[in-house]
Amino acid sequence: MTASGSVGNVTPQRAQFGEALQLRSGGVLPAYELVYETYGTLNASGSNAVLVCHALSGSHHVAGTYADQPKSSGWWDNLVGPGKPLDTNKFFVVGINNLGGCFGTTGPNCINPATGKRWGSDFPFVTVEDWVDSHARLADRLGIDTWAAVLGGSLGGMQALAWTLRYPDRVRNGMVIAAAPTLSTENIAFNEVARQAILTDPDFHGGDYYEHGVVPVRGLRLARMLGHITYLSDDAMAEKFGRKLRHGKHKYHFEVEYEIESYLRYQGDKFAGFFDANTYLLTTKALDYFDPAFEYDGNLQAALARAKANFFLASFSTDWRFSPTRSREIVYALLHNQRTVSYVEIDSSAGHDSFLLDNPTYHAAMRAYFQNIEV
Amino acid sequence: MVKTGNQERYDYDVIARWVQPDARVLDLGCGDGSLLQHLANTRNVRGYGIERDPERVVACLQNRVNVLQIDLEQGLAGFEDQQFDYVVMSLSLQAIHNTEGVLAEMLRVGHEAVVSFPNFGYWRHRVSLNEGHMPVSDILPHQWYNTPNVRFFTMADFEQLCGNRGIAVLERAAFDEDRLIDVDPNNYASVALYRLGRASA
Repeated sequence: MTASGSVGNVTPQRAQFGEALQLRSGGVLPAYELVYETYGTLNASGSNAVLVCHALSGSHHVAGTYADQPKSSGWWDNLVGPGKPLDTNKFFVVGINNLGGCFGTTGPNCINPATGKRWGSDFPFVTVEDWVDSHARLADRLGIDTWAAVLGGSLGGMQALAWTLRYPDRVRNGMVIAAAPTLSTENIAFNEVARQAILTDPDFHGGDYYEHGVVPVRGLRLARMLGHITYLSDDAMAEKFGRKLRHGKHKYHFEVEYEIESYLRYQGDKFAGFFDANTYLLTTKALDYFDPAFEYDGNLQAALARAKANFFLASFSTDWRFSPTRSREIVYALLHNQRTVSYVEIDSSAGHDSFLLDNPTYHAAMRAYFQNIEV
Repeated sequence: MVKTGNQERYDYDVIARWVQPDARVLDLGCGDGSLLQHLANTRNVRGYGIERDPERVVACLQNRVNVLQIDLEQGLAGFEDQQFDYVVMSLSLQAIHNTEGVLAEMLRVGHEAVVSFPNFGYWRHRVSLNEGHMPVSDILPHQWYNTPNVRFFTMADFEQLCGNRGIAVLERAAFDEDRLIDVDPNNYASVALYRLGRASA
């Protein structure tokens, strides 16, 4: 193993964009702000930049820690750093929070300059393609003409794919991890249940709960609990919690009886404490709408014909939310278009969440692929 | 299947001679990708490998070989008809259950197929059987109880199957170690290579 370390203390940066952004939904953002982090150093020719796209609940904080918060490691800290598979000694890595987010980038919990109030229900629907467009402007500003790679897992993987289609000349390698060409019907169904939990929470107030000084905690909590079940595998849950009882016997009550209940409640409460309900709604909708083949009568091969990047895809054996079959659909469509593509199917018991873990084969494959990217 | 350095070289050189420059090649069971590397270097082919073993997949990535981690027993269903100029399977045919199916798929996905396999009819193997034991040799290094091979056949058997299934033998090469065998290869060759096509209707 190569000695590897953390990128250390990091500080988020902000970029303001005054030019209006036309959105797919027909809406327009007159101006917006992106919050982002960078690790490593951009080389003179700007050829070593890697964009990391985040998943549903992720953020721009990909790696490193904040000086005053020792437990604030970035969400992909095991992958990104000096000597790590995405080596910051070689690459300049950028993480950006998506529009509609709740971590500093312009989103529903920000002030709408037109009204002086928080956007709330007025925030327009945003799509994966809108995020790509908004991030392309940041790339311009940072002096990045072409990304050495755009990488992402889950929703982030869809975003990496969208980059290769929307800006084919600006991405040399598309790295699409635990993703899919579209959500499955079942995925949309889960998202809808999660959204209904939020939308029917009496504290939701049509999305303008900020005005009422409340948060739809119950809905957000339920949405996250449901989501968590789908990110794990049956095996992983059984292994971690089994039928373990909190009190060692049946208490015949609705408080925590089984440890899995405790885990889900904890995850739900934690999430509801920091994530914005409107962001959850908008992001799950962006996932639902993502469908590069939609304008090609569902023909994914035709949709991917524009891509010029080389591709790396990875899926995980027990991921039933974004199953290996769905990744293979992308692989075969890329092969049809004679793209350079490699695909790994990692044996892992951890379900969809596997893409965030440091499975040795997975990381070895990523390391090998990144090592062969010329900068 | 363990490949010695020698076997790799003569196996690879023949395949490189048979493959047209700039061809699109799919290598089934591509190992660490060394054949595809060889074909890329010598024939400028555009290649993809299929490999199931995780360590070999990583080795392919390290060697800059396009690799797809797909289990061949699942077949080539995701690939299109005639998507490749050649579909190659080097020293793996004997380790796959669905021999007929794989051959048919290779000639569906590829315009031509190239296969190599150990010839169980090799005279040393026959001597071994005569002495009452399953053959063990450089090309068949495993014992009967731990061999990954599941199909045991001779060149004559293979050619019979091809004849019965409308598969044309376009070219053939047979070796004993690194020596080309022209006379009675079913007896004197330990490894056989074939370039195959669809027999014209």
